[in-house]
Amino acid sequence: MTGMIEPKDEKSLVQLIRWAAAEEKPIELLGAGTKRALGRPVEATLALRLGGIAGIEDYQPEELVVSVRAGTRIADLDLALGQRGQMLPFEPGDWGPLLGAPARGATIGGVVGCNLSGPRRIKAGAARDHVLGIKGVSGRGEVFKAGGYVVKNVTGYDLPKLMTGSYGTLAALTEITLKVLPKPEKTRTLLAFGLDDDAAIRLLCAVAGSPHEVSGLAHLPHGVARRSRVAYVSGAGKATTAIRIEGPAPSVAVRLEALKAIAGKLGALEELHGSNSAALWSEIANGAFFAADDAAQIWRLSVAPTDGPKATALVRAALPGAEAYFDWSGGLVWLAVPPSSDARAQTVRGALGGLDGYATLIRASATTRQSVAVFQPEPSALAALSRRVKEAFDPKNVLNPGRMTAGT
Amino acid sequence: MLMPKPEERLLAMRDDIVAALRDIVPGEGTIADAEALKVYESDGLTAYRQVPLAVVLPTTVEQVSAVLRYCHEAGVKVVPRGAGTGLSGGALPLQDGIVLGLGKFKRILDIDYANRAVRVQPGVTNLAITQAVEHAGFYYAPDPSSQIACTIGGNVAENSGGVHCLKYGMTTNNILGVELVLMTGEIVRLGGRHLDAAGYDLLGIVTGSEGLLGVVTEVTVRILQKPATARALLLGFPSNEAAGRSVAEIIAAGIVPGGMEMMDRAMIHASEAYCRPGYPLDAEAILIVELDGPQVEVDHLIERVREIALACGANSVRASASDEERLRFWAGRKAAFPAVGRISPDYMCMDGTIPRKRLPEVLERMRALSANHGLRVANVFHAGDGNLHPLILFDANVPGETEKAEAFGADILRLCVEVGGVLTGEHGVGVEKRDLMPAMFGEADLAHQERLKCAFDPAGRLNPGKVFPTLHRCAELGKMHVHRGQIPFPDIPRF
Repeated sequence: MTGMIEPKDEKSLVQLIRWAAAEEKPIELLGAGTKRALGRPVEATLALRLGGIAGIEDYQPEELVVSVRAGTRIADLDLALGQRGQMLPFEPGDWGPLLGAPARGATIGGVVGCNLSGPRRIKAGAARDHVLGIKGVSGRGEVFKAGGYVVKNVTGYDLPKLMTGSYGTLAALTEITLKVLPKPEKTRTLLAFGLDDDAAIRLLCAVAGSPHEVSGLAHLPHGVARRSRVAYVSGAGKATTAIRIEGPAPSVAVRLEALKAIAGKLGALEELHGSNSAALWSEIANGAFFAADDAAQIWRLSVAPTDGPKATALVRAALPGAEAYFDWSGGLVWLAVPPSSDARAQTVRGALGGLDGYATLIRASATTRQSVAVFQPEPSALAALSRRVKEAFDPKNVLNPGRMTAGT
Repeated sequence: MLMPKPEERLLAMRDDIVAALRDIVPGEGTIADAEALKVYESDGLTAYRQVPLAVVLPTTVEQVSAVLRYCHEAGVKVVPRGAGTGLSGGALPLQDGIVLGLGKFKRILDIDYANRAVRVQPGVTNLAITQAVEHAGFYYAPDPSSQIACTIGGNVAENSGGVHCLKYGMTTNNILGVELVLMTGEIVRLGGRHLDAAGYDLLGIVTGSEGLLGVVTEVTVRILQKPATARALLLGFPSNEAAGRSVAEIIAAGIVPGGMEMMDRAMIHASEAYCRPGYPLDAEAILIVELDGPQVEVDHLIERVREIALACGANSVRASASDEERLRFWAGRKAAFPAVGRISPDYMCMDGTIPRKRLPEVLERMRALSANHGLRVANVFHAGDGNLHPLILFDANVPGETEKAEAFGADILRLCVEVGGVLTGEHGVGVEKRDLMPAMFGEADLAHQERLKCAFDPAGRLNPGKVFPTLHRCAELGKMHVHRGQIPFPDIPRF
């Protein structure tokens, strides 16, 4: 590693990537660097910090569209949107503290690069569903744009989706156009207590299939719930199941009553308002329950919701010290395993055998992330296709090489 | 419209190609008879016609794989086809290519209510998915107007929309996974019943790729619970500006309607004459605003939208009191195309998207273009998401009118791009808008898209001549000029 450079504009970024391609010098792309410990370690000659290419380019609240430079901090974007009563619907978590970096540092480029979506993903969709357009510099050192500035567009390939979640291995994004939505007028979170994982996920899936348009469905087993900063959750001394309802006030009131009737059959209920509700969902989005224990290795499993408890039970049976909680109605399992050199990869991925889904290693030492497949290995035809896609954008393999898979 | 020059080699080996296809798909599944082939000569864009070399209608993924592997090895061009309802010519055959039809893949494979996922074969119609789950209170959200006939495989290829896109998204936001056969015959699965596929978002790329990247043989869609209630407002305005302002104010108030459609004066009169939906004939523009969701929420928002519309100068406001009345409001909108068909021998439907706030200006300039080209135009507009459907009225039997209509259409699409919009919101590029791509994308933009095509289909055998205005060889696209030299900005401080 020879150092870090912060290009101030697209032109200098182009020159740097052209130089890297010509000299075949791998470079690491960073926004603010808060998720630098996510993915496989990159062995690079030079790191480019893109946080300097920042600022809101164009914001049209009545179009529900905002264009920002990729280095813009999420905190700044949230503030600007909030002033007009709007928000990023996909509710990205702040993973800084979880990954040993400061809170509130993350950039939109980093969030889009990792396709990071929080609890509202079940209703609003993922980051990838909100990226309408992009501009960036590919590994060829060429500026290109794709998509557009409107919400409905099928002109050409949907490269904005390909860029989202590509971890900076295809291009350095400079500008991102996003679909935004109005903030809900009112939010309530309904809590149910003492359910085991199976019963909780059954309840959440039933609620997901009801017409009550919920925007958050999570379940915290007791060992996790007791670490919440929200007293109603940690103080209950039991597993906590959370259901979020958002919308116009009269609608929230009616739906809340309807959901109480469904969940109330299973025991006592509690209701969170305002800051307590917001605090709980941000803990869930941020993996905050696992942030304190530096040693624990963390996985995220993406599965069909009803398979969440099944896969988790298998892991728990094999690894008594493992802890888990569920978001996305059971479809997203946050899993902390007792540390080992391979982060228990075989056990974790083995638990998914035969199920639709995959496991991603979110936190482990650089040595472990080097030796274990951080992202689920793909079958050979698909892996070869992914490699050809990488080559199409970055033929000299200079952008974040090795971040997603060894070699690319 | 110029298609790639047919290759003599392929025309000459037609009998061999047919024999090879018959080996894979025997009997009626391989069509070579001239009369029978005519059925496939065009899709929904009937202005262009071409009889293919042959048509093959496999029934299994193994057959699809074998057909593609053969075509890959023999260098035969392949045009995939669903129901053939596409409006941009994406399934237009090639003289020197075969059509691979997925119409026999008609089974619904699995309905998983707990996970709200339905796995279907690509030849299942869009509407059939909703019909299979509606008894349990669910539906599949994207609803293109051809939903009775169009297939889910075609929807994936075109990333089809409908009137509910602003709130519920397009096809790409409502599918979870596909099984895809590559041009080599390799079979890959992208996504599944889980959210957020792993690795590169190839599912996102394949959706809307217009049959240029692979052939979809299975689709897993996400179904939604039906909204408890839906009500609509029928709003009449004295000007396009007032209607446009009303749209902006509704969105600015934080309301996201399930559907919000606008029609201009020409369209209002055509619809009213066709099916008497009761539209206000003195209005310059009407809006149909549908709110869906929990009853109390819908009633609450109907009142707020009514207030906004009145404040913006609406001179007629009707809120549906029954589902029957709501459907009557929609009847005129849904019959827009046949209604125009009644007042004009032919019409051409355009499909640009614009930033909503530019609507009054775009309509004004469209009027000027209409006068210049000497052709009438009627407008329906998905106002919620900015997707404009101008219908250009012409008579193909009058010499030169078709060309005039095409030129008018191209001017409209260039106008859409000029105001910050795009060439196509939901119909696709196909052959229709292919040559307009440079109006929206620069050379480098297109080259990055074409290189992606190369990653899937390096020999360019899958649906060539669509989407991209110029066919480039992959080797040529892959070339890279490298300038060796000093690291730029050696004086930038390192830290």
